[in-house]
Amino acid sequence: MSYLTIKDLTVRLKNGAPLLRKVSLAVNSGEVRALVGESGAGKSMIGKAVLGILPRAAKLTGGEILLDGEDLLRLPPKARRAKIGAKVALIPQDPLTALNPSRRVGPQITDRLVDILGWKRETAEARAVELLDEVHIQSPERVMRSYPHELSGGMRQRILIASAFAAEPKLIIADEPTTALDVTVQKQILKLIREMQERHDTALLFVTHDLGVVSKISQSLTVLYAGKVIEETDVRTFFAAPKHAYSRALLAATPKYTDPDGSLMPVPDSIISEVEQEVAAFDAQLTR
Amino acid sequence: MSTPLYQLRDLKVSFPDLAHKPLFGAAPRTEVLKGLTFDVAKGDVLGIVGGSGSGKSTLGRAMIRLLKPDSGSILFEGTEIAQLGEDALRPLRKRFQMIFQDPMSSLNPRRRVGGIIAGPLSLQGFDDIPRRVDDALEMVGLPKSFAARYPHELSGGQRQRVGIARAIALKPDFILADEIVSGLDVSSQAQVLNLLEQLVRDLGLTLAFVSHDLSVIRRLCSRILVLHHGEIVENAATADLFSNPQADYTRTLLDAIPLPDPDQIWA
Amino acid sequence: MRDARGQIRRLPGLRLWLSGGWLLILVLAAVFAPMISPHDPLEQDLFAARLPPFWQQGADPAYLLGTDSLGRDLLSRMLYGARLALTVALIAGTLTCLVGASLGLIAGYYRGWADLVISRLVDIWMAFPPVLFAILLIAVLGTGLTSIIVAIVVIDWTRFSRVVRAEAMSQGAMDYVASAQVAGRSRLGIALAEILPNVLPTIVALLTLEMGIAVIVEAILSFVNLSISTDQPTWGGMIAEGRTSIYQAWWVLVFPLAALFLTVLSFSQLGEGLKDYFDPVLR
Repeated sequence: MSYLTIKDLTVRLKNGAPLLRKVSLAVNSGEVRALVGESGAGKSMIGKAVLGILPRAAKLTGGEILLDGEDLLRLPPKARRAKIGAKVALIPQDPLTALNPSRRVGPQITDRLVDILGWKRETAEARAVELLDEVHIQSPERVMRSYPHELSGGMRQRILIASAFAAEPKLIIADEPTTALDVTVQKQILKLIREMQERHDTALLFVTHDLGVVSKISQSLTVLYAGKVIEETDVRTFFAAPKHAYSRALLAATPKYTDPDGSLMPVPDSIISEVEQEVAAFDAQLTR
Repeated sequence: MSTPLYQLRDLKVSFPDLAHKPLFGAAPRTEVLKGLTFDVAKGDVLGIVGGSGSGKSTLGRAMIRLLKPDSGSILFEGTEIAQLGEDALRPLRKRFQMIFQDPMSSLNPRRRVGGIIAGPLSLQGFDDIPRRVDDALEMVGLPKSFAARYPHELSGGQRQRVGIARAIALKPDFILADEIVSGLDVSSQAQVLNLLEQLVRDLGLTLAFVSHDLSVIRRLCSRILVLHHGEIVENAATADLFSNPQADYTRTLLDAIPLPDPDQIWA
Repeated sequence: MRDARGQIRRLPGLRLWLSGGWLLILVLAAVFAPMISPHDPLEQDLFAARLPPFWQQGADPAYLLGTDSLGRDLLSRMLYGARLALTVALIAGTLTCLVGASLGLIAGYYRGWADLVISRLVDIWMAFPPVLFAILLIAVLGTGLTSIIVAIVVIDWTRFSRVVRAEAMSQGAMDYVASAQVAGRSRLGIALAEILPNVLPTIVALLTLEMGIAVIVEAILSFVNLSISTDQPTWGGMIAEGRTSIYQAWWVLVFPLAALFLTVLSFSQLGEGLKDYFDPVLR
């Protein structure tokens, strides 16, 4: 049984324009699934729908989000928030804006433990120090007392990872957590996320636009275009031979310095129009 | 051998460090470029690579004199431009142009595409401007009708093409491209790089391509300059750099690039 | 997306019509006051003092909005009062805007010592309580229309320069400014051709807001009898008179107060509406 199962998830703008078109996917405990797509593919929207933080202009119009077999959408709002707060955590994209610049780091990690889970402050602080140590931060006590601007981008992302794992969530949603970082730091952070996820046996939904990153972090992936699932498979099968023409084009467009002539190929217009038609046909089928 | 287009000698740039400004008195200065020396030959496509804080964008902006270096010399075709004032630079400006990272903020939102491309042309006293605008649009693969559109009506890739059209319309000797594909989706990234490759070939451009990503520039660049903390750690022909990187930092950079390949194992 | 935007746009449209409509009425009233006023605004008739407005018991239909304690026609006085209010709003608002926005643009784009001087000046200026400052100025300059306008410009230019400076600074950091520099545009050219158009929506919104504020300042000065010659009708003067007879004749106070309120509100709403209209991204 998968820890997170999404069935036919449909999200629309207030005016009816679809953002997600009957998206279905599943993530097991201990599994990393990547959500891949270009901008506008709706990959971040899925994570937002699970966390219940859809933007004001968007509306969930159908489908199920099963967490541990229980449909979040059928729960009353308060119970839903409690369940998400206890079981799901987010690693955000931008470590610069995800931490409040005018508060020390320590309380920002422990707040959730104290406020939502009702831990004692001392217990929470001890746990935070433990976690900072676990994400390989030297002298965690000093870092707890620091302000975010005193720390580097990589350091801040480590803190956000530590705070995501703080309450032992069963599911973590990582929304492009390394796009704002240098490649050398990205490598460390990806390895760290993988290490933490394996140790805590967490289900991880990893949103990214970079197929290089996908091959490093995940076991399975879902490719999206315009809010529709284009391909869903395990990583080895995908990189050996993507089934869908759009996936193939995406892979060929991805930079690969070891193969300068076989990478960075523009996605042909014919493939874009092909996948556009497929999406239109899917919509037509739905409304019929 | 002819003189190089650019000769930089011991170039130093520093910025005031406002984070450590004392309550009274001036802020201390941090050195961003710590004495760089290199040449750019005509027809070279130079990749300038480094992490954040390496000084790569500062170097680019100093080369086209968007900022004034503290010391050192910048010879552009033998002319010293390092300390020239804005008035003295103006006649030279049409010869070195820039394509910006964020096409949204580098295109004035209140101007139509045609006006954006025509602006520099009319300032530099070119004639026959409408034809030149059309030509530039054609060269970057945009229909002429785009001249009437506003930047916010275009996609990211199209905006970046407008940025390129604006730069090449002046027929400059040198173009600085500052992280111009980092904000784009992979599909438009590949298109913009291909376009640039083709323009380099067709127009015989000399180009400096600033990027944090070594993997996107292998095909485009003939030489690569690796910067780390404001110093050049490696300056090599592209093929040599990829086959036999000399500096430790270059190797670290290459190792850290995630290849789309599950068999690449990260140590 | 287009539909979503349409919904947001409808409201400013209505706002623009309502506020523009009231201001248009006001302009017409001010221009044609001598022709449409039913009475001489200064003519006193003590036998017709404190007549209520037309819908109340004991009203005289010749005095539509009633009369004040000296028997002067309220409607006529308000129409003439609109002349002064609008004159002050337009001239003082525009001058304040020109002075403040130019200084703000210079400080925000040219930076350096110009910014230093202008910003310090703004800091010092802001430390004065504005109303007392105005009263002081009028006391020195003497009463009269010119004095009021000068006083408003002198007090309020900082409002523009602060906001325009901040806006010009953030626009100045944009790459399109760097790209204009690469293209060889002069500093003045960049300030006028690149930065100014992008700061314009903010300036327009501030300008109309300032016109509203000018109306209020004029009313305050009239209220304390420091505006123009006492026998000329002004809204502020009428409010001051109405205050003394609020229990016997509420209308003497309420009508000019309502006119003042609607005018100031309309100016600020007009500004918000025009700001959107000047923005090509929203348009």
